[in-house]
Amino acid sequence: MKAVLALEDGTIVEGKGFGVEGLAEGELVFNTSMTGYVEALTDPSYAGQILMMTYPLIGNYGVAERDYESDRIHVEGLVLRELCRTPSNWRSEKTLERFLEEYGVPGVEGVDTRMLTKKVRVYGAMKAVLAVFEDESKLNRVELAMRAKAQPHISEVDLVPKVSVKNLTHIHVGGEHDVVLLDCGVKRSILHHLTLRGVNLHIAPFNYPPEKILNLNPDGVFVSNGPGDPVRVWETVKTIRKLAGKIPLAGICLGHQLTCLALGAKTFKLKFGHRGSNQPVKDLESGRVFISSQNHGFAVDGESLTGTGLKVTQVNLNDRTVEGVRHRELPILCVQYHPEAGPGPHDTHFFFDEFLRMLED
Amino acid sequence: MPRRVDVEKILIIGSGPIIIGQAAEFDYSGSQACKALKEEGYTVVLVNSNPATIMTDPDMADKTYIEPLTAPVLEKIIEREKPDALLPTLGGQVGLNLAVELSEKGILSRHGVELIGAKLEAIKKAEDRELFKKSMQRIGVETPRSDVARSVEEAFEIAGVLGYPVIVRPAFTLGGTGGGVAYNKEELKMIVDRGLKASMIRQVLVEENVIGWKEYELEVMRDLADNVVIICPIENMDPMGVHTGDSITVAPAQTLSDEEYQTLRDAAIRIIREIGVETGGSNIQFAVEPKTGRFVAIEMNPRVSRSSALASKATGFPIAKIAAKLAVGYTLDEIPNDITKETLASFEPTIDYVVVKVPRFTFEKFPTADQTLTTQMKSVGEVNGHRQNFRGSFAEGVKILGDRPLWVGIRWKGWKAKP
Repeated sequence: MKAVLALEDGTIVEGKGFGVEGLAEGELVFNTSMTGYVEALTDPSYAGQILMMTYPLIGNYGVAERDYESDRIHVEGLVLRELCRTPSNWRSEKTLERFLEEYGVPGVEGVDTRMLTKKVRVYGAMKAVLAVFEDESKLNRVELAMRAKAQPHISEVDLVPKVSVKNLTHIHVGGEHDVVLLDCGVKRSILHHLTLRGVNLHIAPFNYPPEKILNLNPDGVFVSNGPGDPVRVWETVKTIRKLAGKIPLAGICLGHQLTCLALGAKTFKLKFGHRGSNQPVKDLESGRVFISSQNHGFAVDGESLTGTGLKVTQVNLNDRTVEGVRHRELPILCVQYHPEAGPGPHDTHFFFDEFLRMLED
Repeated sequence: MPRRVDVEKILIIGSGPIIIGQAAEFDYSGSQACKALKEEGYTVVLVNSNPATIMTDPDMADKTYIEPLTAPVLEKIIEREKPDALLPTLGGQVGLNLAVELSEKGILSRHGVELIGAKLEAIKKAEDRELFKKSMQRIGVETPRSDVARSVEEAFEIAGVLGYPVIVRPAFTLGGTGGGVAYNKEELKMIVDRGLKASMIRQVLVEENVIGWKEYELEVMRDLADNVVIICPIENMDPMGVHTGDSITVAPAQTLSDEEYQTLRDAAIRIIREIGVETGGSNIQFAVEPKTGRFVAIEMNPRVSRSSALASKATGFPIAKIAAKLAVGYTLDEIPNDITKETLASFEPTIDYVVVKVPRFTFEKFPTADQTLTTQMKSVGEVNGHRQNFRGSFAEGVKILGDRPLWVGIRWKGWKAKP
């Protein structure tokens, strides 16, 4: 299969297609993790995006279902330098190629990912189209580039409704705490870390009304990660605003951004985002540095936190952006990075312990 | 934390003559340390018996002694120079051993010299097999299973549990005399008989064999604030049983899933904390069973090593230089990152290429030497290939060696030669 990747600025890159025939539209983003492609592909936060891995050899250890972060692949398309078709790992159940076929996702290999990464770093995340077809006539370069440009910007599409649960579901583990998890596209690792610590979960759709949440009589509310621009998820923002002060609140990634918005802060789009497993985060209270897993294209404006009652507890050491906040009086605690990892280092698992302590207080 | 001001003069011990297993990489790391410490305004006193090194160049240290690397000589130098501290972790095994000797003989304490980087206790916990094993048990990291046998019958019993082949190590003998690998009962009987006779206390250790397992190494950095980062995971193409120095090795690791890599990463962090290496680079080796994923910690070098040099070259992270700065009190988030210039050293490098290290052998110069690769290093040098795919890096490495054609054969299970 032939594949063409067209960017909104007119860049055309050709490569070899794999996965399935088809056309993927989305924002081209890059991830610098050298491991963890299975987790990334199935992370709902990547909805609406074409994922490019900067590490050149992907697929080496195959695919194991145990690594899935949700029930399917969420990226729109996958861009690789080189696909490995003969994985070597005891856990591998199938090849990466087979995995993409199974979920109907197109991929391209054999492209200069370093050049594309540099471009994205200089000009910012770009709208892109990935076309994978056997038939050359479906690969009109000019049309594809125009299509890349014509598609809506990531801030103009509602992605959370596509990945959130439709109805309230429950995970009862016989634990001491009951928590409502507002699902904006939650990763399984987050559920795992909460239930591991004896938290019974009510997984609610992102727009579940605050009155109904309080009727469940939970000990706390947890707002999950998710895709897209936080300002589009205004329903959840309103919910958080109503709940703040009434009940302990915590958030991860998009959940953190929504919580900050609810309390009056502002968010902005990062030029090319933080996506990878090696982002250093400094805890301002302890002075310690943790290596964290991150996946976000938007961030909270640190200056806009003034007057919201939130204070910055952690910052990114690479660009000094906000990585964690805590409310000065109310039980509210959020982080921008992914303490649950999956993929990435486990340095920050303690976030879940802090959340539990907050529930107990 | 700012740099230490209670220390002014620092002693560094070089690695001595170049021998197989200890070559230019320690000259490199030692030189880096001298430069880094001088840059910070410390007075550096260097001792090395080998004048044919970069580190003994006149402007590398403030004072350079070209003297035999023995405890009596070092004591004289310490008496004369009165250094405040000794940094033992950057000059290879020779420097480390000498530092241990000086410390154990009380020479360091007598002259008020502090060991920085790694304390005596940490060095011993890492270097002594038994202490290392006990430390691993305390933190719940597996090491190869083993048990003590006092008779051949006991050895049979243990081997029955572990499964053949097993490794027999007699207790309290020098250099493993009387040990060996037993592939069956007959061999075990022979080796254990011999081993029991060789052992002063008539004991042998029967250990699970990990030859053939996948071999990984993690380069770990730690600072005085207990921040830990992993510089690079390295995977050996030659499995356990071939010395890392003789193996073709690949950075980053190629066939670990994220979950497995993170498990090793977690273990490495627990190990460096438990062993207690305070600052700087350490190297931790793991073996992974290819069919079950079970992993065991093999050993730890509480100093920069050959693999640190590879990890430095592969990622651009100057391990030796940073290790020297950490030893004098800086934390990782206070040291600028030489690669990006904008960010800090507290990060984990990620690369978009593959580095393959290929060893160089010169068996033609040692015609009587056994050419079989074993756990004792035989290569005399190495080259690195850097390309955006494995084949390219591998080919580049082999091509640079380039003095003769090289065939690489890979045999897989079920392989049959053509009749």
